[in-house]
Amino acid sequence: MATAVVTTERENYINSEYGIRSWLLTTDHKRIALLYLLSITFFFFIGGFFALLIRLELLTPAGDLVQADTYNKLFTMHGQIMVFFFLIPSIPAVLGNFLVPMMIGAKDLAFPRINLLSWYLYIFGGCMMLHCIVTGGVDTGWTFYTPFSTAFTNTKVIEAGLSIFIVGFSSILTGLNFVVSIHRMRAPGLTWSRLPLFLWSIYATSIIFLLGTPVLAITLLLLIFERAFHLGIFDPTRGGDPLLFQHLFWFYSHPAVYIMILPAMGVVSEIIPCFSRKRVFGYSFVAMSSIAIAVFGFLVWAHHMFVAGISLYSALFFSILSYLVAVPSAVKVFNWTATMYKGSISFSTPMLYALGFIGLFTIGGLTGLFLAALGFDVHVTDTYFVIAHFHYIMVGGAVMGYLGGLHFWWPKISGRMYPEAWGRLAAAIVFIGFNLTFFPQFILGYMGMPRRYWQYPPEFQVLNVFSTAGSTILAVGYLLPMIYMLWSLRYGKIAGDNPWGAAGLEWKTASPPPTFNFDETPEVTWEAYNYDEIPMPEEVSLER
Amino acid sequence: MSDSLIALEHPTELQHHFADMEQQKNTSTFGMWLFLGTEIMFFGGMFAAYLIYRRWYYNEFALGSRSINIWLGTINTMVLICSSLTVALGVRAAQMGKRKLLVTLLLITMVFGVAFLGIKGVEWYQKYEEHHVPGSSFNASDLVSVGQKYGIHINQAHSQIYFSLYFALTGLHALHMVVGLGIFTVLTYFAWKGKYTPEYHTPIEIGGLYWHFVDIVWIYLFPLLYLIDRKPFH
Repeated sequence: MATAVVTTERENYINSEYGIRSWLLTTDHKRIALLYLLSITFFFFIGGFFALLIRLELLTPAGDLVQADTYNKLFTMHGQIMVFFFLIPSIPAVLGNFLVPMMIGAKDLAFPRINLLSWYLYIFGGCMMLHCIVTGGVDTGWTFYTPFSTAFTNTKVIEAGLSIFIVGFSSILTGLNFVVSIHRMRAPGLTWSRLPLFLWSIYATSIIFLLGTPVLAITLLLLIFERAFHLGIFDPTRGGDPLLFQHLFWFYSHPAVYIMILPAMGVVSEIIPCFSRKRVFGYSFVAMSSIAIAVFGFLVWAHHMFVAGISLYSALFFSILSYLVAVPSAVKVFNWTATMYKGSISFSTPMLYALGFIGLFTIGGLTGLFLAALGFDVHVTDTYFVIAHFHYIMVGGAVMGYLGGLHFWWPKISGRMYPEAWGRLAAAIVFIGFNLTFFPQFILGYMGMPRRYWQYPPEFQVLNVFSTAGSTILAVGYLLPMIYMLWSLRYGKIAGDNPWGAAGLEWKTASPPPTFNFDETPEVTWEAYNYDEIPMPEEVSLER
Repeated sequence: MSDSLIALEHPTELQHHFADMEQQKNTSTFGMWLFLGTEIMFFGGMFAAYLIYRRWYYNEFALGSRSINIWLGTINTMVLICSSLTVALGVRAAQMGKRKLLVTLLLITMVFGVAFLGIKGVEWYQKYEEHHVPGSSFNASDLVSVGQKYGIHINQAHSQIYFSLYFALTGLHALHMVVGLGIFTVLTYFAWKGKYTPEYHTPIEIGGLYWHFVDIVWIYLFPLLYLIDRKPFH
């Protein structure tokens, strides 16, 4: 390339040091983000592989592809890998690690070495989980419900539990780093009311990491003790209470849903103003709704237990509180749409993902209200309705947000543009494949098809065939970005410092950024999302 | 910008990504406070289990509590409170730059910590000899007969739940003590090397915070586990 010969490439975080040691011992938040990107992509495809096997088994009513026991292991390990090794670390550990210090105008996170430690904890827990899978796996469902997990199954509950316990500490340390950095490391002039909304949602997520994950840790520890020594804490035949396990488990695992969705909401809040060329509508409402979701999220856990034998009054209480979560979620959706209203919208790839997010999250959220209603919940508990609902949140919401964010910040991360046409095509394929996979499951669940069975009555087959067909399309949609992003590392168009004409401190430095992010500490004198002051680049405006 | 210029501007203890020592200190301290918050949630899960089962199985909890050696528990409480005092004095010594005093106080703290673990070990061994360790050899028939004497029905399985929580809570607390001793070994080494000055002694303060927290956990564990019902039977 002619330009590369004329101007020698300036030093950045990727080319400042070479060799495997410089990566494995790095304390640079951007390099750690890339380490996370590689490792969670690896786990994403393993978890996705299990999902494809599940869908293939369900192609026909008879249980013919795998044994019933194997099927139990497949959905268990799909869930555990996707939840603990992909979704929870996805946006926080990759985009959060990369962006939090840059968005606050700092050189690094508050505790760079602890940041590296958290990646090693993740890898250690991940290797344990892989070992567990290779040597037999677990069949309890990702929820580890007692007393099945402690007294009946003969699969590797202890090893799986320990690996998730360890990965939990990786999340705690990441959350700790974010909260401390956002409080103490902001550049001069960057007040709380000028923070990008992505940081507000990462902040809210980190609070859940800090307050929720330790409870999961102690729950898993008690589960492991119970299984190893037969203590009786969760064993009804010895006076223990399995419901206590469910309470403790969901006290973390319901807020964990917000760990997955809040960062994606943050990503969408960045993308939409940029591609609508408008200041975000109702900044403080969007910011506070993140905090509200984190707070309410801690008060609704027992809606997972409506049919587990909790009292009617506590069920009522949790039902009403679950409805309340809809308020801040709806505030966000309304504010995003209001931001787009009369904006000059361009349909670049990140924007397509953001628009897809809004639609799918809305469906997932509204069906969540169905499930919060006691009567309807009894009808559809443990059916495919629930599966469809939470996949609309976690895949339609969180994964769409993650992919949108990855495309949006890819020029900053790699210094290159991904091929825009392929990007849009992949976004469309993901959207179509996703809906084809999961929408039929709403109907299946409503008709009464239960989850976690390897065979089903023949009258459910048509919808299951739709769903399986959709899942293969979805798989193509996920493989495409991986291929063209790798391609773009070498052949992609060189991205400027700010190819989208986006607001935010991370766009005010080079792409890829230098090791210490900014040549000199920036001083912030403007409000967030001051799009009326930033001209739209010509290339983006062509995509309208 | 040459490296020497940076070295002139920055004290050696200042990490590259902080603007000044003040920011570094505030950041580290805040980080430790947050970490202690997560620790409260960690123990909180077990306290929740304790609360529920104590309400359900009060008699078993009360008799189990009586069977633990109260003198060992009381002495250990005093040992830990004294160790908190020496930690606090140590922070003061660091602030005033008294190196020898700091090293001595850190060492005394660690002696208290080891003494605590030793006494705890004796207490656990007594439980082991009485077959009160949950698991296959658990046997609380002694508590059943004590209960019979006073007309209280004791279910051995429920006693096992009490002792499970006793061992889980004291065991995890002891694990935190071991971690604390590890931290203090490092702190003592660097204090002896003269690393801490009146200007820079954040690690001492942060290590101290952790130590005080582990003490406070014990202050809750002691009444909850040892003092459920110690009044004489009628």
